Amino acid sequence: MAAEREPPPLGDGKPTDFEDLEDGEDLFTSTVSTLESSPSSPEPASLPAEDISANSNGPKPTEVGLDDDREDLFAEATEEVSLDSPEREPILSSEPSPAVTPVTPTTLIAPRIESKSMSAPVIFDRSREEIEEEANGDIFDIEIGVSDPEKVGDGMNAYMAYRVTTKTSLSMFSKSEFSVKRRFSDFLGLHSKLASKYLHVGYIVPPAPEKSIVGMTKVKVGKEDSSSTEFVEKRRAALERYLQRTVKHPTLLQDPDLRQFLESSELPRAVNTQALSGAGILRMVNKAADAVNKMTIKMNESDAWFEEKQQQFENLDQQLRKLHASVEALVCHRKELSANTAAFAKSAAMLGNSEDHTALSRALSQLAEVEEKIDQLHQEQAFADFYMFSELLSDYIRLIAAVKGVFDHRMKCWQKWEDAQITLLKKREAEAKMMVANKPDKIQQAKNEIREEIEEWEAKVQQGERDFEQISKTIRKEVGRFEKERVKDFKTVIIKYLESLVQTQQQLIKYWEAFLPEAKAIA
Amino acid sequence: METHAEAGKEGKPSCASVDLQGDSSLQVEISDAVSERDKVKFTVQTKSCLPHFAQTEFSVVRQHEEFIWLHDAYVENEEYAGLIIPPAPPRPDFEASREKLQKLGEGDSSVTREEFAKMKQELEAEYLAIFKKTVAMHEVFLQRLAAHPTLRRDHNFFVFLEYGQDLSVRGKNRKELLGGFLRNIVKSADEALITGMSGLKEVDDFFEHERTFLLEYHTRIRDACLRADRVMRAHKCLADDYIPISAALSSLGTQEVNQLRTSFLKLAELFERLRKLEGRVASDEDLKLSDMLRYYMRDSQAAKDLLYRRLRALADYENANKALDKARTRNREVRPAESHQQLCCQRFERLSDSAKQELMDFKSRRVSSFRKNLIELAELELKHAKLKGPPGTPSAKAV
Repeated sequence: MAAEREPPPLGDGKPTDFEDLEDGEDLFTSTVSTLESSPSSPEPASLPAEDISANSNGPKPTEVGLDDDREDLFAEATEEVSLDSPEREPILSSEPSPAVTPVTPTTLIAPRIESKSMSAPVIFDRSREEIEEEANGDIFDIEIGVSDPEKVGDGMNAYMAYRVTTKTSLSMFSKSEFSVKRRFSDFLGLHSKLASKYLHVGYIVPPAPEKSIVGMTKVKVGKEDSSSTEFVEKRRAALERYLQRTVKHPTLLQDPDLRQFLESSELPRAVNTQALSGAGILRMVNKAADAVNKMTIKMNESDAWFEEKQQQFENLDQQLRKLHASVEALVCHRKELSANTAAFAKSAAMLGNSEDHTALSRALSQLAEVEEKIDQLHQEQAFADFYMFSELLSDYIRLIAAVKGVFDHRMKCWQKWEDAQITLLKKREAEAKMMVANKPDKIQQAKNEIREEIEEWEAKVQQGERDFEQISKTIRKEVGRFEKERVKDFKTVIIKYLESLVQTQQQLIKYWEAFLPEAKAIA
Repeated sequence: METHAEAGKEGKPSCASVDLQGDSSLQVEISDAVSERDKVKFTVQTKSCLPHFAQTEFSVVRQHEEFIWLHDAYVENEEYAGLIIPPAPPRPDFEASREKLQKLGEGDSSVTREEFAKMKQELEAEYLAIFKKTVAMHEVFLQRLAAHPTLRRDHNFFVFLEYGQDLSVRGKNRKELLGGFLRNIVKSADEALITGMSGLKEVDDFFEHERTFLLEYHTRIRDACLRADRVMRAHKCLADDYIPISAALSSLGTQEVNQLRTSFLKLAELFERLRKLEGRVASDEDLKLSDMLRYYMRDSQAAKDLLYRRLRALADYENANKALDKARTRNREVRPAESHQQLCCQRFERLSDSAKQELMDFKSRRVSSFRKNLIELAELELKHAKLKGPPGTPSAKAV
């Protein structure tokens, strides 16, 4: 696809960027970092060193041009994508292809800037730090709701479609309120796109809800029983929380994939999320390889902060798992209590019916009613136990797994840097040896080769170092943000849960207070 | 394991099931009890000014089997056929509790020391509660006998109360158990026969009503009792669940260095308090509801047995009538037939009269007992709910 495009003559960085678009990696991050950071700041590792330096060292006006143009590209491309239905490729690569032929940059851009609202570029110009600092002030005026699960289709090809509603005053969105229909694999697709772009540079990407073959099969088969409705509700709530967490992340919020997910009415089907697809198997193989690598990497940790944090997250993980298991038992037993209370209520009613002393009979019937109401209370409390407490814990258990993943990526980054250093050393030794050897005819050519290689590897070493520092810096910020979010999340949930407990108690008091005079009335 | 229970000091559980008129001429209570491996030894103390007894105050040690012997003696006594015999106390059963304690002892390494201590405490409390209940059950059996104007005068009862030595009543051996089992079957078959017997009409509406009522009532109260037991067990389970949750929250809290620390620790405290309250709710439901239902299930069975005996007497009376008629038509052996018929008639009438009184007593006993227990249940539930409520609200704000 890329080959057909004619690279627009817009600044020297442009062609390279489009090549990178083909790879579908990191274009966005590179752009953002270009915009917000000073020209000499380190860049994500995936882009070749020369290109980055070209980009970042580009003159300001070109950068601005880049910025707006990129913005325009994205905006237009989003619309283009929705009209066609390109096959599944990282969305960024398909964007520029049909949409733009920005042949004459200057003339085109100027009117474009005027026609578009300025607020979109404004967001871009703002530094990431600024945005994060203002997060407490709740400038992220965006609300996501996932609702109305609807079964689409029949038999084994059936699926549930969920309505994703967005209410926002952010101007990067074209409307302030809009909704789309998405299915579960769309969510997984979104997550895998975001993960492939951001995880390995140190951003903690919230994990998507887990697949469940058993649950989905029951729904597909069409069993309209309480367990399948429960399953659907559980999933709907999980998807909602997932999206809410994702949009809270300032960097992820800017991502065009996310925007497309929220806005566009048609989304290409994410086939690669299926467990048994080629991509799925590749994922599993990679995971295994990663696990092995992790064991063999021995990193010299120069920064105690990272070691501390890793240990802390490890502990937290264990504690949360333990707590989660106990809370699940609580939910189960409360449901049992509810069922038993209902059964007792029925038999108390029967007993009341057969009792021949009128006042006692009435009192027993009242007791039966009280017990029935209490059963309702138990059910509601079990519901609260689960959706507030238990699900929060399982969400955080998976989030911490993502955090651990990010730390692992940092290790891999370090390894790459280390490897580059070793290779450089070897090359230098080779050069030295060549200097000493005495082969005049071959020497000049070989010397040049080696010289080139050494330069190449020197650059790689520098790049590796920059990447490592970048990822370390990003992780620090991310962990800080994560911890803040975690504290907020837990506090909110704990307060809500306590309120639910208090409410249950107050209801209990009301019921028994109503019953007491009836019991006293037995003569 | 040796456990003593000071019966009478704390609120005795099942005494609440039966409202006994205080009649001070004969007071019986179980002043002490010791649990030794599989046996429980009750110390039965009697205070009486009645002339039969050698002293005014005395006590003996009795075991469960001796209570059963006493009960059976009453049941087999024709004189008391027209009375509701108080149901025998159930066998002391610590099996379940003992098993649980053993399992706990075998150990689960994932459990922290605190959790272990709490669980052990819970199980020991459970064991103690079962022990107290069995003491109360035995006591109320004796007290009902002592309160009944006819039953208290039984010779076997005096022997039971006074005789210092062991009554040498061994537990029923297999033959006797089987015999008892067969007797029950025969009884039910007999009952079925005589109710189906043509010509046997119930003349008295009162008894007709009572019969229908008791049959249905007994089944339903048995159901309710079973289900109440299940509710109580589920409540206990829930209370036990709070233990690991509270422990996990505590350790989470101590590890945090930020604001979550206080939140977690407070929540851990709350769960600990909830645990104790849920446990108390469970045991209150057990005593006020389950136990009461269980007692009246047995009592209604005893009432049913009375009705059966009366019915049997009625059938005998009918048969005697028929025999008399046959004798009169044949004009042979009329005298013995007449006297036999007289006897049956008298017996039947005697039984009917006392049965009527007994059944009315049963009803009033039942109503007042239900009233007392339901009121106490509601009051206790309110007390517990109020304890859980208000402290929670300040925590929410503090958190």
